[in-house]
Amino acid sequence: MNIAVCIKQVPDTTEVKINPETNTLIREGVPSIINPFDENAIEEALRLKEKHGGKVTVITMGPPQAAEALRKAVAMGADEVVLVSDRAFAGSDTWATSYTLSQAIKKLGTFDIIFCGKQAIDGDTAQVGPGIAEWFGIPQVTFASKIEVADGKAKIERLLEEVNEIVECPLPAVITVVKQINEPRLPSLKGMMRAKKAEVRTLNSVDIEADQTNCGLNGSPTSVVKIFSPPPKGGGEVFTGEVSEMIDKLILKLKEQKTI
Amino acid sequence: MDYFLSEEQKMVKDLAAKIAEEKVKPVREELDEKGEFPWDIMKVFAESDMCGLYIPEQYGGFGGGTLEFCLATEEISRVCGGVGVTFAASALGAVPILLFGSEEQKKKYLPDIAAGKKLAAFGLTEANAGSDAGGMETTAKKQGDHYVINGTKQWITNGGEAETYTVIAMTDKKKGSRGATAFIVEKGTPGFSFGKKENKMGIRCSATRELVFQDCKVPASNVLGKEGMGFIVAMKTLDRTRPGIGAQAVGIAQGALDEALKYSRERVQFGKPISTFQAIQHMLADMATQVEAARALVYASAKTIDAGAKDITKDAAIAKLFASDVAMKVTTDAVQILGGYGYMKEYPVEKMMRDAKITQIYEGTNQIQRNQIALGLIKEVVSKK
Amino acid sequence: MSIKVINEKCTGCTLCVKACPFAAITMEGERPNRKAVIDLNTCTLCGACVPSCKFKAIEITHEKTEVKGKEDYKGVWVFAEQREGKLQSVSYELLSEGRKLADDLKTELCAVFCGDDSVEEEVDHLFSYGAEKVYLATHPELKHYHTAPYTRAIAEMITKYKPEIFLIGATTLGRDLAARLAIRVGAGLTADCTGLSIDPEKKILLQTRPAFGGNIMATIQTPNHRPQMATVRPKVFKKSKVDSPKSREGNLIKFKPVISAEDLVVKLLEIIEDESVKVNLAEAEIIVSGGRGLGEAKNFCLVEDLASTLGGAVGASRATVDAGWISSHHQVGQTGKTVCPKLYVACGISGAVQHLAGMSSSDTIVAINKDPEAPIFKVATYGIVGDLFEVVPALTKKIKEIRA
Repeated sequence: MNIAVCIKQVPDTTEVKINPETNTLIREGVPSIINPFDENAIEEALRLKEKHGGKVTVITMGPPQAAEALRKAVAMGADEVVLVSDRAFAGSDTWATSYTLSQAIKKLGTFDIIFCGKQAIDGDTAQVGPGIAEWFGIPQVTFASKIEVADGKAKIERLLEEVNEIVECPLPAVITVVKQINEPRLPSLKGMMRAKKAEVRTLNSVDIEADQTNCGLNGSPTSVVKIFSPPPKGGGEVFTGEVSEMIDKLILKLKEQKTI
Repeated sequence: MDYFLSEEQKMVKDLAAKIAEEKVKPVREELDEKGEFPWDIMKVFAESDMCGLYIPEQYGGFGGGTLEFCLATEEISRVCGGVGVTFAASALGAVPILLFGSEEQKKKYLPDIAAGKKLAAFGLTEANAGSDAGGMETTAKKQGDHYVINGTKQWITNGGEAETYTVIAMTDKKKGSRGATAFIVEKGTPGFSFGKKENKMGIRCSATRELVFQDCKVPASNVLGKEGMGFIVAMKTLDRTRPGIGAQAVGIAQGALDEALKYSRERVQFGKPISTFQAIQHMLADMATQVEAARALVYASAKTIDAGAKDITKDAAIAKLFASDVAMKVTTDAVQILGGYGYMKEYPVEKMMRDAKITQIYEGTNQIQRNQIALGLIKEVVSKK
Repeated sequence: MSIKVINEKCTGCTLCVKACPFAAITMEGERPNRKAVIDLNTCTLCGACVPSCKFKAIEITHEKTEVKGKEDYKGVWVFAEQREGKLQSVSYELLSEGRKLADDLKTELCAVFCGDDSVEEEVDHLFSYGAEKVYLATHPELKHYHTAPYTRAIAEMITKYKPEIFLIGATTLGRDLAARLAIRVGAGLTADCTGLSIDPEKKILLQTRPAFGGNIMATIQTPNHRPQMATVRPKVFKKSKVDSPKSREGNLIKFKPVISAEDLVVKLLEIIEDESVKVNLAEAEIIVSGGRGLGEAKNFCLVEDLASTLGGAVGASRATVDAGWISSHHQVGQTGKTVCPKLYVACGISGAVQHLAGMSSSDTIVAINKDPEAPIFKVATYGIVGDLFEVVPALTKKIKEIRA
């Protein structure tokens, strides 16, 4: 099987804090990681390769330092890694990102499955995966929590709000995965050694024959008007002291406002 | 302190620390309480190529040296000394094959150990032969193309879980220290069984069992080195692996120091965190100094071995002796700093104190280490004359 | 569009460095000639630095893009989501908010509704929430949601009827659909919005949404592409029926989409109803959640007791799910579920931003934690500083007594 995985290097948003004085993000010392859902995607790709044979290619669109995320993918076991990078891609929204990635993937060959993580933990849009599927004109299956492949088809369990769906989808297809699908493997020592020496193939906008009107900020239908810190939610009342007293006070308040 | 580790060494250390934090920490309390062997974690080590860390590449290993091995053992032991010794003791069983095995034996046994498919163990100690290893009673009688082993080994780490055992037995009692031979014995060999699992004070997830040999036939091709080399195999192996136990002790001590430091900053008494009290600060300072000194000795002895030095006995003994004494002291101090909470099983330091004690006893008691150091000192003086 | 630092104005004060969410600005040179330098590879042109500079030394120049036919797009559309033939609450929430946007723009509010023939009887509900028109696409293959036939049908309607704004609920269905549809019709799409308004001058939709795990808020616009599409977080906007009786009558426009075989390649094999998740967290009015403070899996029974006494559902923080104490169906937070109940009781939850992202819009938040510094107290309506092992059972007992 020929499998592609799209990943994103993101700041570890669980570590990001707000500077209380300037109300802005403190990014120093916040490590860059592979987007956690993308790690699940890499793991799933590796599992399918181990079961069915084939090749796993991991691709990312980003600045030069995103190559570090690709090396981590090599350490996990990816066969080939590709960095799609160009100043022209700066300021891309999900339209431009999904377009650019789909152009790059077209250059790299034909794939049976294109995996994406459900969403990136910095953008939180969950839009790039389906976008890539549309640019290719192939089916998409989102929120995948279990995948089996046989005879050119995938049987996929989808994790929805109240129920799970099991669907059958012909390949090639784009599949976005949720974290429940697997436990990503830790890198191995030999993998890490391979990662250090691995060649990261880089493609720029000319290499992927990108139509500039779909790239970067100019190619993005959406743009950012402003960024601000969420207003601190007004703290309410905090009770201390004796347990029974605190409970009585709380119940009184909840009854007053007719919550219970 | 910075020990100016190479890129690769940092990689090994970081990966071991990551596995310890993500896979070992969540389960260490349960493993300790139930005395359960950490098979799931050994599987993670296998998948990460850690089991083959010290085994040469040609046998499927990573090709690292003693220092790399110590770095990994230290990081694992920092989170759980029991998992740390399970990891390290497999090396104890594999190193004899590495040092004394024929090419065939290495090819036969090392790849599976490197891949983590099989664990190894080392069988020397007996009920009546601990420090006095020469007093061992397990015999191996030559009969044609095989040997018949009879006897019982006691307190063998990984006993029952490992597949590959290096066992020392007496082939000729009359020859004294030249009368023992080292054998590779595989689990499942008829006549080779195990005693019950020991119920221990600490390192409880590590499996400790008797090895019972009753007319156990082992092919002559399983002799390591030559007949009569048994004690040399044992002593050389222990020299090589003592820094590993030193590393285990350093790891346990560091883990205890980390907990004590963290707690002292959170615990408020008399309106202040106890970390602001000089009494606590001095204790922490002494603990940190001791741990760093132990670490420096362990790393230095490991580097000496990796540099190919011929006489490593004294240095290895110094490292093991000092580090294990430090582990006992630092873990005890950590319990003291946590006070009443330190005594409770809900907090991790009482386990660390229980785990630390054995490091002063096994792989040669600290009394034996002192003998080795003194003998080494005298030897140096004599050879200079 | 490009950005540059006007060196003559730059005083090297570093305010812009601190304002940049992407760490794209550094200082070069020695005082007093220190100047800001923007790394164009890292800069996303978000514009956060521009207002932060007191000396107006950072300039973003906008390229003027030709806009074709934008004026032809009129009307606020809302996607009416149905599952098993039943309209989902988010559809009404969006119609209620959409009504305000349509009034602001002095344009009409319409609902887009897809299903098989049986859903026609649900249409009246849409009118009662303010829709002036309902575009109803019926086809046997639209009974159950699949990406391709829905995208096909709605894209055709968008191309034909040209709405300026299209809102879809950010449910699993909505997010799957919107992402595909936006590319199909060439729209700009903003995800998971928690705030919507109309820019008074430009008369375009301003879409506000959380990013970086809820650590920051971003306001997004789609200046030129139409429709302006947004998925909207459920339970953020309140649903409100329209009073005036005129709204009960509406314009029903039926549409028969052409669905081809290639739209039907993905087949539904089975629907699995998870017994353990009978109570839908997203719809629950009361949720009691447990966090790391519970200590171990078995202590979730305290949370379950309180939840059942209050008639509510059980939620969980990510830490407890990752530790295997409870299934991930109960997880509330950025990578779990977003909830908006009347009452949210957080037991032993510290209040990490990622968790708050999933529950901070609850009406009343009660936090029980023994650490007075826990961040959850900053968002709680009522906080109890105490040991949850004492407080939670006592609270459960007291409520049972009162109700008895």
